[in-house]
Amino acid sequence: MSTPSESPVAPEPPGGVIHDLGYRPYAGPRLGEATVARSFFTTGLRNTYGLGRSARSKVLPMILLGLMLLPALILVGVLVQAKDLLGLDEQIVPYSTYPITTQLLISVFVAAQAPALISRDLRFRTITLYLARPMRRSAYVLVRFASLTVATFLLVAAPLLLMYVGGLLAGLPLARESGRFLGALVGAALLAACLSGLAALVSALTIRRGLAVAAVIVVLLVSYTVVVAIQGISYESGHETVGQVAGVFSPYTLVNGVQVVLFDSPEATATPPEGAAMGVLYVVATLLAVGGSLAGLMARYRRVSP
Amino acid sequence: MAVIVTAGLTKAYPRVTALDHLDVTVGEGVTGLVGANGAGKSTLIKILLGLVPATSGTARVLGHDVAAEGARIRALVGYMPEHDCLPADVSASDLVVHLGQMSGLPYAAARERTSDVLRHVGLAEERYRPIGGYSTGMKQRVKLAQALVHDPRLVLLDEPTNGLDPSARDDMLGLVKRIGEEFGIAVLVTSHLLGELERVSDHVVILDTGRLLRSSATTDFLHATGSLLVEVQGRPDADRLLGQALVDAGLTARPAGGALIEVEVRDETTPDVVRDLTVDLGLGLVRMQERHHRIEDVFREGAAGSVHPV
Repeated sequence: MSTPSESPVAPEPPGGVIHDLGYRPYAGPRLGEATVARSFFTTGLRNTYGLGRSARSKVLPMILLGLMLLPALILVGVLVQAKDLLGLDEQIVPYSTYPITTQLLISVFVAAQAPALISRDLRFRTITLYLARPMRRSAYVLVRFASLTVATFLLVAAPLLLMYVGGLLAGLPLARESGRFLGALVGAALLAACLSGLAALVSALTIRRGLAVAAVIVVLLVSYTVVVAIQGISYESGHETVGQVAGVFSPYTLVNGVQVVLFDSPEATATPPEGAAMGVLYVVATLLAVGGSLAGLMARYRRVSP
Repeated sequence: MAVIVTAGLTKAYPRVTALDHLDVTVGEGVTGLVGANGAGKSTLIKILLGLVPATSGTARVLGHDVAAEGARIRALVGYMPEHDCLPADVSASDLVVHLGQMSGLPYAAARERTSDVLRHVGLAEERYRPIGGYSTGMKQRVKLAQALVHDPRLVLLDEPTNGLDPSARDDMLGLVKRIGEEFGIAVLVTSHLLGELERVSDHVVILDTGRLLRSSATTDFLHATGSLLVEVQGRPDADRLLGQALVDAGLTARPAGGALIEVEVRDETTPDVVRDLTVDLGLGLVRMQERHHRIEDVFREGAAGSVHPV
């Protein structure tokens, strides 16, 4: 026999009450210029790979990153598996040459993502909402440039890292590989800065995204093709100085030349820079390309009306 | 306390003078900035944000000089532009969170404030969809939300009712009033429609081709134009009798068509005077109503020929 347990008085059934708290002022911390810029940088970097944007905008950058890594993966596989068989004692493709080999992928990436980052704010006039906030115009330009540069650097450097790690696993000498790899990273950073500066400048001049994409592709591909053709002809005809000067006019041959000059990397062009004067020209041209693009961007954004 | 003070503020472009020695003081609450297109409203707002330099003169916003402390001002002020400014491919929620961070809020706070302000402006589940698919009314709400996300002390709203249908316009004006009254945020709201602002603003500033036409409390405008329509009966010439009596009592009265008399409201006691005189004359008071008056009436009657209320 059990006594029915005393059922406690059921509490009022919770009704779905929505409490309107009214307007709540914000009393928490307000971050300074540097923190805001860092957050803006991170958002821009993520957006360049389509993160935090629609699924569709992730497709292209992710495919390109995959395509960039694929040859490196194959090269590493060959190196690890068949090093002794083929008698290899260094990377099959030098680090400094890899970006030139894959220049089409890099150009497509920059051409597609620079307008997504730069033209977009101008086309939708979202720039006004940024300018109406504490961040200065110059900070906006520098941070956008930095986001694009770092995104491009990651694309260029990721396969190099893969090759470096693979090379060490295959037993290549650590000191020599590290030196070459670090040199190649500097080259990747310079290349990323050159490409991003040029692409950002072209993108800032038009509000039409399609036009910007096409313009960047044309500038990068045409300049590279013409430079390579001139270098080939000048090498064949024995006028190597012409080819060396021509190398300044494409970011890919320019940065490769700088790596030859600074780090004694194996050349990837028919007419690499020779001599101190030509070396200085290449280095100065690289700095001018980056600095000039930034100056152009600043001038362009000074004229953007809020 | 004065939120905005300008002194001799002038902005001259090569062809036009957008602002011409403007001296304006804006206080707490909702202030309407009225003027025809091209009267200098947007230029004034951009100068106040420190985005456009003034040619001469000074302006202070919340105690900060616009020329020297633009960044400080922009941290304390929210701005809703007149034109489209929303990217199509992000959701309202993501955009407002991001812009909150750009105003200096930490990420968690930006999320919380975004959720709050989107609720206040009345954007429900659609906040998670890309803005490209929004109606004009919804876009205006997002623009307003991004101006409020960092809890500013002042918001500058440039033509917030532009392009809205009548009911969306009413909603927007209601929101503007709430921001000033409930949220405790000072509001400067522009419009080229004079009548729109009398409902929401405590104070109205009128610009005409860059010059200050008038600046006074909204109640002053209404008071000045206030008049009563009075209808009396009892004798065939009842209206003339009362009219004469009112004039004798020192009020301004005139026939207003039919048997109606229009009486200018001088002060609070005017309706009582009308009532007492009617009784004294032994007439019957049929009705006494406030004449439907609007801010634009002042300017129709006044010298402001160049302000054209729609």
